[in-house]
Amino acid sequence: MALWQGFSQQLRKAVPKTAGEVCLTQSRRYVSSSIPRRLRSANRWDVSTKRSVQFPLQGWKLAQRSFSATAHAAHGHITPPKPGEEINIAFIDKDGTRVDLQVAEGDNLLDIAQANDLEMEGACGGSCACSTCHVIVEDPDVFDKMEEPSDDENDMLDLAFGLTETSRLGCQVLMTKDLDGLVVKLPTMTRNLQASDFEQK
Amino acid sequence: MLDRAFVSVNCTAHLSRSAVRVKGLSSRNISRRFSHVASENRPVRVAVVGSGPAGFYAAARLLSKQENVNVDMYEKLPVPFGLARYGVAPDHPEVKNCEDKFTEVATSPRFKFIGNIELGNDLPLSVLKPHYDVILFAYGAAKDKELGIPGEQALRSVYSARAFVGWYNGLPEHRDLNPDLSNGEDAVIVGQGNVALDVARILLSDVDSLRSTDIATHALDTLSKSKIKRVRVVGRRGPLQASFTIKEIRELLQLPSVAFEPIRSDVMPPDSVINGLPRAQKRLMQLLAKGSANDPQTATKSWSLDFLLSPECLNWSPVHPYRLSHAKFSRNELDPSDPFNPSSRVTPKFLSSGKRAEVNLSSSIFFRSVGYKSLPLPGLEDLGIEFDTQRGVIPNDGFGRVKSPITKGETQTLPDGSLIAHLPGLYCAGWVKRGPTGVIASTMTDAFTTVDTILQDLASHNGSLLNAPGQSTGLGWDGIKAVAQERGLRATSWEDWQRIDAIERERGQQQGRPREKFTRVQEMLEALD
Repeated sequence: MALWQGFSQQLRKAVPKTAGEVCLTQSRRYVSSSIPRRLRSANRWDVSTKRSVQFPLQGWKLAQRSFSATAHAAHGHITPPKPGEEINIAFIDKDGTRVDLQVAEGDNLLDIAQANDLEMEGACGGSCACSTCHVIVEDPDVFDKMEEPSDDENDMLDLAFGLTETSRLGCQVLMTKDLDGLVVKLPTMTRNLQASDFEQK
Repeated sequence: MLDRAFVSVNCTAHLSRSAVRVKGLSSRNISRRFSHVASENRPVRVAVVGSGPAGFYAAARLLSKQENVNVDMYEKLPVPFGLARYGVAPDHPEVKNCEDKFTEVATSPRFKFIGNIELGNDLPLSVLKPHYDVILFAYGAAKDKELGIPGEQALRSVYSARAFVGWYNGLPEHRDLNPDLSNGEDAVIVGQGNVALDVARILLSDVDSLRSTDIATHALDTLSKSKIKRVRVVGRRGPLQASFTIKEIRELLQLPSVAFEPIRSDVMPPDSVINGLPRAQKRLMQLLAKGSANDPQTATKSWSLDFLLSPECLNWSPVHPYRLSHAKFSRNELDPSDPFNPSSRVTPKFLSSGKRAEVNLSSSIFFRSVGYKSLPLPGLEDLGIEFDTQRGVIPNDGFGRVKSPITKGETQTLPDGSLIAHLPGLYCAGWVKRGPTGVIASTMTDAFTTVDTILQDLASHNGSLLNAPGQSTGLGWDGIKAVAQERGLRATSWEDWQRIDAIERERGQQQGRPREKFTRVQEMLEALD
């Protein structure tokens, strides 16, 4: 039980509190990932309520699901990890929210992020031809443990916004047991809109 | 008051959250700005002008971030996707994968595609105004910059790279370019951006390697008869100042049977400088210094990067007056105090005799590729927009708000006493906002920034909507359709595009290609009849 509580505390803040609901949320990605996203709902523009988005809009109902990219039909599949073989990974969202996930070996970070509705684009569909799935590995030691990025990946990273020493393309990082506990940050893609920009001038 | 405006804008009650206040947001503003939308119980209508990556990424963000928004996207061609379809090289199909996402955007019932309508020409922009709350300009860059040298306007052998790219990609505008690639062996491209490298790669590639792409059939025919063997990609400044990116260079260096003429060592930065450069520039310089592994002896074609040369004029053969013979360049020098700074300028190089140092490059075909240029849409001024012809952009505040020419970015007092520095309800994104630079990822980021600004403005800012309260019909395209019909315009819908798309794919499949594009507007429309 203590383990379970610890686990549920790690979940993102929007996740409902009761154990039953936590289970549902946890299983969601496996259920959803097995169905091509395009077919999952008659109207994908229906707003689901699984995520609370902090957006200072008043009087507006926010579409709470991030727009999901392309890749789902072709690339959005992730495999449910076998019991006992889960690999832990955490994404730190653009707004600083940490999302802990358990995934299977062999899935790439772009697919994982998109299957979990994290705001990560994959403009080229995960073919290492753009830099929209740029992630930053938190721990330099873990970065060093990873396989060297290819020339092609580095070429694309060179064009990425906010490139760091530990930057990678999400589509090129495949999860392995060695990467258990990996923490990656999603760089802020859009220019930060400061509150002062919107104050009456 | 706040609650009432909130509920009616929302159409669905979220009363519990409505009590939360956002800084700087007063109930007066909300009611003033939204009362007309709210009382009419209708969504905010956004017109997006242009259906390229900027327009589609903006639409994607608008529709996914905000429920109560409808997007009408206008496109002058019957078919969507702009430069994703007509600019991305046919041998870069993975870059076109962004079209999958755009297609997904179009499945939204709140999205409408209106093709084959050229705003500003077919329909005045002023016709749109009463029916929308926001107009977002994302129409890109329709022209390219000229060199302004004698001979540039020749009808043969001298081309704009933009036109050439449009031609091989099947863009109707350049369908009949018919570049003469069999005039000789030497191609000269002026400009060192990625468009120049795309042109070089298409000229240097084995034509058979292009047969499995969606390159236009007429281009395949012409390229298969090409005699071009050498391509020079010429720049005004040095390697560190060039705007190409490393992926495109690496691709060219790896083209089978194509040799690369090593860059003269005196223009390359020394190793000591290279090693101290930021990562991206360092990797690029190292790659340029390394060159190609292909053996010049066995290579069938070759290319070079030629630096520090400014074009002067074009010269035709004295024997065959219609045949281009060479291009004359004058030499430049980098600022000796800071030659390896990416923003370093060049000055003309003079010989000891005091004359300009010049060089002739043999050239049977010549391309200019010194950047694209946005043009003002006719009628922008009717909306109060003063296009910046110098920079080729719609003046904006960097977040995408169109600046008011009267205030020049300064604040302006609205009749009710509130202050704004931009034109209400008018925004821009993509190349028409920041100039024609950057890859699709940069345009995506840029479009997202603009949309976040629009959403913030709609929620919290004064003077955000195009029309004064009560002055907008909120009908969008439904309010315009009749005018378009009266003018004999035939708009294409998303379903029309899907039919064209299916036919193109089917035609391609028969040849083992992803698609064979229609290359004339007439053909596209006839396919729908």
